Amino acid sequence: MIERALARLARVIAGASVRFTVPLEPPERQRAYFGNHTSHLDFILIWSALPAEARVRTRPVAGADYWMRGRVRRYLATRVFHAVLIDRGGHGALTGHAREESSSRHVRDDTVVPSQVRDDARGAMRTIEAISRAMGDGTSIIVFPEGTRSPDGTLLPFRSGLYHLCQLKPELELVPVYLDNMTRILPKGEVLPVPLLSRVTFGAPLRMEMGEAKRAFNDRMRDALLALREQ
Amino acid sequence: MPTLPTSMVPLLNPILARLMAGVLALLVIGTIVGVVLARRATSETAKATVANLNARIRAWWVMVVVFAIAVATGGVGSIILFAAMSFLALREFMTLTPTSRADHGVLFWAFFIFAPIQYVLVWMQWYGLFAILIPVYAFVTIPGRMALAGDTTRFLERAATVQWALLACVYCVSYAPALLMLVVPDYAGGRTGLLFYLVLIAQLNDVLQYTFGKLIGKRPIAPTVSPNKTWEGFIGGTVVTVAIGTALWWATPFTPLVAAVMSLVITIMGFAGGLTMSAIKRDRGVKDYGTLIEGHGGVLDRVDSLLFAAPVYFHLIRFFYVP
Repeated sequence: MIERALARLARVIAGASVRFTVPLEPPERQRAYFGNHTSHLDFILIWSALPAEARVRTRPVAGADYWMRGRVRRYLATRVFHAVLIDRGGHGALTGHAREESSSRHVRDDTVVPSQVRDDARGAMRTIEAISRAMGDGTSIIVFPEGTRSPDGTLLPFRSGLYHLCQLKPELELVPVYLDNMTRILPKGEVLPVPLLSRVTFGAPLRMEMGEAKRAFNDRMRDALLALREQ
Repeated sequence: MPTLPTSMVPLLNPILARLMAGVLALLVIGTIVGVVLARRATSETAKATVANLNARIRAWWVMVVVFAIAVATGGVGSIILFAAMSFLALREFMTLTPTSRADHGVLFWAFFIFAPIQYVLVWMQWYGLFAILIPVYAFVTIPGRMALAGDTTRFLERAATVQWALLACVYCVSYAPALLMLVVPDYAGGRTGLLFYLVLIAQLNDVLQYTFGKLIGKRPIAPTVSPNKTWEGFIGGTVVTVAIGTALWWATPFTPLVAAVMSLVITIMGFAGGLTMSAIKRDRGVKDYGTLIEGHGGVLDRVDSLLFAAPVYFHLIRFFYVP
């Protein structure tokens, strides 16, 4: 109930029109939806744009530092979106959805990505393993490979989380999702959204290729996302 | 706030009832014509044109029902309807025009402070503040707030964009429900009657200009702005609209001659409003967010003919008919 109402509300606020360049078939398949990140509404928007069968199986991967602050956010993150929360700050335990707490409690680095500030590669790998476990065999995730919100809407360089996740799950379908205009609706640093129109474009699913290097993989994913902007 | 006369209850108002019956008759005829044309169309282009025509007629049914409900509920329904249209139009307009990151605060004001207050003033029938809220207060606060935000790139253009958006999408549109403020002595149509007449003539003009343009249109008036607006469509549409507007003089406080002049003013203002909005779309259409609107079907496209017509019509009536 709440989920459906929120999904609708998010789409109304963001005036979102949704396009699928190819249909998501079958909708319940396990995937990683990866998008460009400019606003706090981004994952809610992608989540709400998914067909219902896909949506119930999809969990966003989000920063615990933001989503565990305050009761409402925590409620939304854990009870409504069942987010896989990642502790990016390095202090405090990572807290996910109640079911996942035991498996992800010990993880302590940036989400999909080894933090560039602290080069803690092992912590990053543990994060990826935790996400992989949270996904199990059927759960899809929403990730933002830039690792942070872009201040002006340009696509930042991808960090390597998606790559490492695919090393653990080579069969995972990767769906690029381009969000248009969200940076004007709720830019980084603002609290109140301005209700302009936005657009969500789902691209064709991709996969990691055999023996693909990290650099090539990231470039390919980034290009696929950018290509959706041009359409 | 003055008490509402009984003529505000439009369901009991014979003039509105007759106008409504006329509109329904027109729609029924239009629907039948659409069905017949769809059967007769053979070539691909003809089929596409007829499909487009029928889609428009279906949309008209929806719009007429919504408008009828708004008018039938008296003042409040119309105010809510136009407030919603203003909001959606403003959204489309601001999406289409580029703003800077620093304008976020000003945009928030436009959507959540100026637009709502404008319609609250219409509802309160506070003419004095209604008439100046946006031309005076929004006009001075927007550039002031933008200057505070500190970004000077294309400053005048950005400030003007937000001012223009508010003027066109909120101020001008709000003049339509503001007609409810006008009490014309000895006019049996009530205040919603004035509003109904304006919307009817403006939209009829749109439809007729489109129809004449499709049937006999050859010479475009401003080809760089809108190739669909032709001299033949404009003249044909205007002549027929003014004829209908004159024939409906009994539904207005006007004499037949004045009704003709008023219809002419509405058609010309409607044309000018439509052409102006087309020019803005044409300018922005090639840029990034042009396609964003398409799937959404523009509210702005529907109200563009009211933008210039509503304020002029309002002030003509207020000047000549309201003591």
